[in-house]
Formats: sequence, structure tokens, C-alpha cells
Amino acid sequence: MTFDRDARTALADAQLRGALRHATTLFGERRRAAIADVPDWEGARDRARAIKDETLLHLDQYLEQFAANAERAGARVHWARDAAQACDIIAGIAEQRGARTVVKSKSMASEEIRLNAALAARGIAAVETDLGEYIIQLAGEEPSHIVVPAIHKTKGQIAALFAEKLGMEPSDDVTRLAAAARQALRRRFAEADLGVSGVNFAVAETGTILILENEGNARLTTSLPRTHVALMGIEKVIPRFADLEVFLRLLPRSGTGQALTAYQSLLTGTKRQPGDEGPEELHIVLLDNGRSRMLTSPVTRQTLACIRCGACLNACPVYRQIGGHAYGSVYPGPIGAVLTPQLLGMGESSALPYASSLCGACRDVCPVKIDIPAVLLHLRAQAVARSGGPGTHRLLERLAFWAYAAVMVRPRLFEWVMRCARTLHILPPLGAWTKWRDLRPLAPRSFREEWRRGLRHEAGR
Amino acid sequence: MRVSLFATCLADQLWPAAAAGAVRVLRRVGCDVQFDERQTCCGQPAFNTGYRPEACALARRLIEIFESSGADAIVSPSGSCTAMLHHYEQLFEDAGWRARARGLAERTHELSAFLVNRLGVEDVGASFAGRLTWHDACHGLRDLRIKDEPRRLLRHVRGAELVELPPPGAETCCGFGGTFSVKYPEISVAILDEKVDAIERAGVDAVVSGDASCLMQIGGRLSRRGSAVRALHLAEVLASTT
Repeated sequence: MTFDRDARTALADAQLRGALRHATTLFGERRRAAIADVPDWEGARDRARAIKDETLLHLDQYLEQFAANAERAGARVHWARDAAQACDIIAGIAEQRGARTVVKSKSMASEEIRLNAALAARGIAAVETDLGEYIIQLAGEEPSHIVVPAIHKTKGQIAALFAEKLGMEPSDDVTRLAAAARQALRRRFAEADLGVSGVNFAVAETGTILILENEGNARLTTSLPRTHVALMGIEKVIPRFADLEVFLRLLPRSGTGQALTAYQSLLTGTKRQPGDEGPEELHIVLLDNGRSRMLTSPVTRQTLACIRCGACLNACPVYRQIGGHAYGSVYPGPIGAVLTPQLLGMGESSALPYASSLCGACRDVCPVKIDIPAVLLHLRAQAVARSGGPGTHRLLERLAFWAYAAVMVRPRLFEWVMRCARTLHILPPLGAWTKWRDLRPLAPRSFREEWRRGLRHEAGR
Repeated sequence: MRVSLFATCLADQLWPAAAAGAVRVLRRVGCDVQFDERQTCCGQPAFNTGYRPEACALARRLIEIFESSGADAIVSPSGSCTAMLHHYEQLFEDAGWRARARGLAERTHELSAFLVNRLGVEDVGASFAGRLTWHDACHGLRDLRIKDEPRRLLRHVRGAELVELPPPGAETCCGFGGTFSVKYPEISVAILDEKVDAIERAGVDAVVSGDASCLMQIGGRLSRRGSAVRALHLAEVLASTT
């Protein structure tokens, strides 16, 4: 994991930081405006969280109920233990149908399992059809935001990219850029044999999946090709159809500051009659990939309540400065910092729980009230407990905290140490601080000395 | 009202004027203030870095110290360390210790919240000539929900003019974050610079906050940038009568 190095690279990129500052401010303002007129926003957050908590406590039952109802409606449900298995299932379906081209609407789960690469390895071309994802794919990059994958790109950069890859006249007119993408994508839709989508919510009692989007590309992806594969993390299930009400109120407002997205597709099974719209086959892939491990403790379990709105990214001061790529994971920002180490294991990503000032802005904007700072602290404790290894840095840190605790439980020793530091001008090696900030010197006299020297008896009033 | 001061190790050693200011302000509004010299650190640096056994040992000590004080309230010139005491319960498995931690949390207040909400005082008789802006320290703001209290107190300071910080505003983090500030100093300072830019745009004489930690971070950068703006603790301003 190279978080430290990649963060520094990002900090040196003025264009990136300008784009991030602009976009995160804008999304933050839009969100605030969108929730201002919602009666009982807090109550909606509490209800949504209660629904998620209830579901996660009995996740096995709700998943089985969902699978049974989806199959009754004509879908085929697949269970994938991990990324490799999920890729295998989807590539297998594509191969059976002889699909050469796959169109995809936005799906973070598909990014998580690196589906495009897995399909490419088997000679199948996957085309992203969400505009942001399409930009990223053309650029050969990875998304840097859960909802706004190309948030790190400026209009000028996109214009240059389209001129190069789509052969259009260079233009930074957004309408013309979008039209060029639409034209290129329509051709791909027409030739695609299979559509892969994500899922925002899956309703257990009906077997319905809900997909939210703004560009109509998800609707085309799920209705035009003869086969539709929907990929969803197992945490996407909710018990009842009526539960959608509260989530639909929360998600678009938190994510993009919209009262509702332009499209909401509710899909239940396949088409019933030959003349109906929709695919002939619907496959739903339920992805675990580390999620069921998070169910074991209440602190980690709440990570699975996430509805992927991205509000915590926009609110995070760290994300605002460095963007998404430095996190080295498809899930960046505060939610990524807690999700990634739990999905991938702490070994590779033990830096991420520390990539936060613990300011709590993420917790305040989270529509399902995930206490992200509490999860970060939990993971930090795990990182410390696990690291028996030879890392010199950790060893020094351990020693420092051992010494700190040994001194702090002995007030006389504490005072003696501080007095020595004061008179001998000994300071800890704080180059990381003093390179950019002046260090406030120790006060000539500590408070406790002042207290003893007279403050104790100073008259009030 | 008998108050036991929770000075915090940071104020004790680096910002004694904050702790002394808190003592004077509390006495001025009629409190009997005591300070138990056995107190050191609340354990937050260890807790926030993942060293829970170390944090737990310090939590036990502080619970015992403040239980023995017999005070009606424990008051601290720090939102962050007050919030840490409010988190103590989760450090313990044992029901007895959890109850004791809860008992301590119920009696522990941050200075501005104690003055305004508990004592109903907004004018502490302070005077301070200058244009001021307030920085909301994150843990006071988001863990303890302290927002209006310090502003009300500052508005009653004679001679002081309080202005809100321009964007990104008073509520955004200063980038300190404890060990975060030295683990990722470049990110910490990038966050800080947006804050310091806003402070300089505000055209103030001083930035005031309720936590010595944020003030070290903000003040350290202001000083490095050669700014004339001072970083002051709320208790210093409230104790001032000149």
C-alpha cells in the first residue's frame, strides 16, 4: 500500500486539487440545499439505519427470501463467495451467450471485483456507459469517487481526452462533449449481447431490484441486451418494498443533492410475454467478498449499512485535499478507509484507518448514521494488536506509547520529565511538525506550578 | 457549586493560560474550583492511535481521581478531552467500570457548555479589545454538540467584535487530528492552509478556539507564515479584563 506516497503526489497536482475543491464544495452545498426542506431528516436517517440494522441481524434469512422471490419472478440467482468466483460466474454467462461486447452501467461492486479486466482476459470487451465511468475508461484510469467517478478531472482534460479518443473537434462545451459520448455509446448499446448493472436496493419480499441513475444508460443496459446480469453486494437487500420510501428520500439528496434521480428502475424478474420490454434472462449475482466477516461485531457491522451515496467523501477534509486515487482502492474517502481494510484484510491496507483526522464530518452527513470515526478507531486498535511484525516504525511507536503510559500514570515522574524538557530544551524529534509549523514552546511555568505558587489561593471575583 | 478542574496535559504544559483562565472565570461566576494534581493525560493520544490497553490504564486512573473529588461538576477547557472522557465507557468490558465511566461522563463538561447550559451565564464580565473569529474544534462541535455556547460568551465580551470565518468556514477541521498531524504532515498542513487562508481573509486580530490542540496547529502555521493574527484559547479571552 502506498497511501503516503500517492497522497503526496496528489497534493502536488494543482489541477487535481482545484477540481476537487470545486466539486466537493459544490456537492456539499447541493446536499445542504436538498435536505433543508425535508421534514424530519433526522427521523428519516434513524428509520433507515434501523431498517439496515434489522436486515443485517438476519441477513441470511432476508437473502434467502430475496433469492426465492427473484427466482419465482424468473431471475436466476448466483451466490459468489469472492471476487474471483463472481467474475467467473459473469464471464461464464457471457461466454455461454457468445457475447463479445458487454455494456455496463455504473457498479462499484464490479469495480471491486475488477470485472472489466476479468472479462478482457477472456476476450470479452466491457464498455462503461455511465458518462463519468466512460471518461475514466477512455483515460485508462480508475474511478476516484463512488458517485462521481471522474470528479478529479477538469472540463479541459475531458475535452482533450475526447478529441484524442473520439476524434471530435476539441471543445469544452459540455453539451457537445456529452453528445459525442452519447453517439459513441449508442453504437455500443446496439451491438451489446449482455448488460451488466449494479443494484442500489434489493427488496426481499418481492425479489425486486432498484437501480437509480440520471443518464438513462442503466435503463438501456438492463433492457436492451437479451441478457441482464445484476451484480450486488449481499448488504443491498432490504426487507420490504415500503422500506424504499425512506431510502429514496435519503440517497439522491445525500449523493448528488437531488430530490430524486432522473431514473428509478424497479426490475422484477424477466419479461413475461414476448411483446414485453426487457431482457429474456436476468441473472442476479450476490457478492460476499469479505462482507459476512463484518457481520460478527456491531462496530464493524455498521459498515454494511452504507448505501454508497458518497456524501462522506464530499465532506471529508482529507478526501478534499488528496482525492480518491491515493486510497489505492475502488472505495476511497472515509467509507473506503473503513471498508477497504475489512474487505481486503488489514495487511495491505493498514495505513487507511489512519488516513483521517477523526473530525467526524463524515458521521454528520451519513444518511444512515454510520459512526465512521468509531469504526476507524476499532480498526486502528486491530492494526496495533496485529502488528507483531518487524516494522521499525511500529516498533518505535509501540515503545513511545509504552513510555507515554508509564510516565502518565506517575504524576511526579510526569512533572519531572516535563521540567527536564523545559530546562534542558529537549524536544521530541518532531521534524514532521516543524517542517511546516512552528512548535509552540513549553510554557515557562506549567499550570500545576502556577496553581501551587498561588493560583490555588487566589480570591474569586 | 464545587468544580474540579480537568486541566488536560496539553493546557497544563503548553497553554497554562487556558487552564488558569478557566479557573479565574469559574471563580468569577461563583464556583469553588479545585485542581487535583494527580491528574495527567486522559489517554486520548493512545486511544486514537489504537493503543487501547494504555488508554484504559489512564482512564481508570482519571475515573478514580475525579470520583474522589466529591465535586458537583468536572470542567475542562477542552472539548476534545471532555469528549474522550465521554468515550471512556467503551474502553471497558466490566459492567462496574462501565457504570463508573458513565458516572464520570455525566459530571464532566466542557467550559463554555458548563457556563452557558449549566450555570446559565453568558456574560462573564470579560473585556478584550479586538476583532475575533471562532474556530469550532471538531470534537466539541460534533461529539459534544457545542456550537452556540462559545459564540454567546464571546459576544458578551466588552470591546470584542466576533465575525464568522469565511468559507470553508468555522466548522471545518484544522487538520490536527492528534498523531495524524505527524503521520501525514503534508495532508494535515494542506487542510490547515485552507483554514489559515480563511482566517487571514477574515481580517481579525485573533482566532479563538476551545482546544489547545487546534490552537497549536493553527497558531503554529500562522506564526510560520509570519501572520500577525494570534491564536487564543477561549478561556484566555474570557479571563481577560483589560
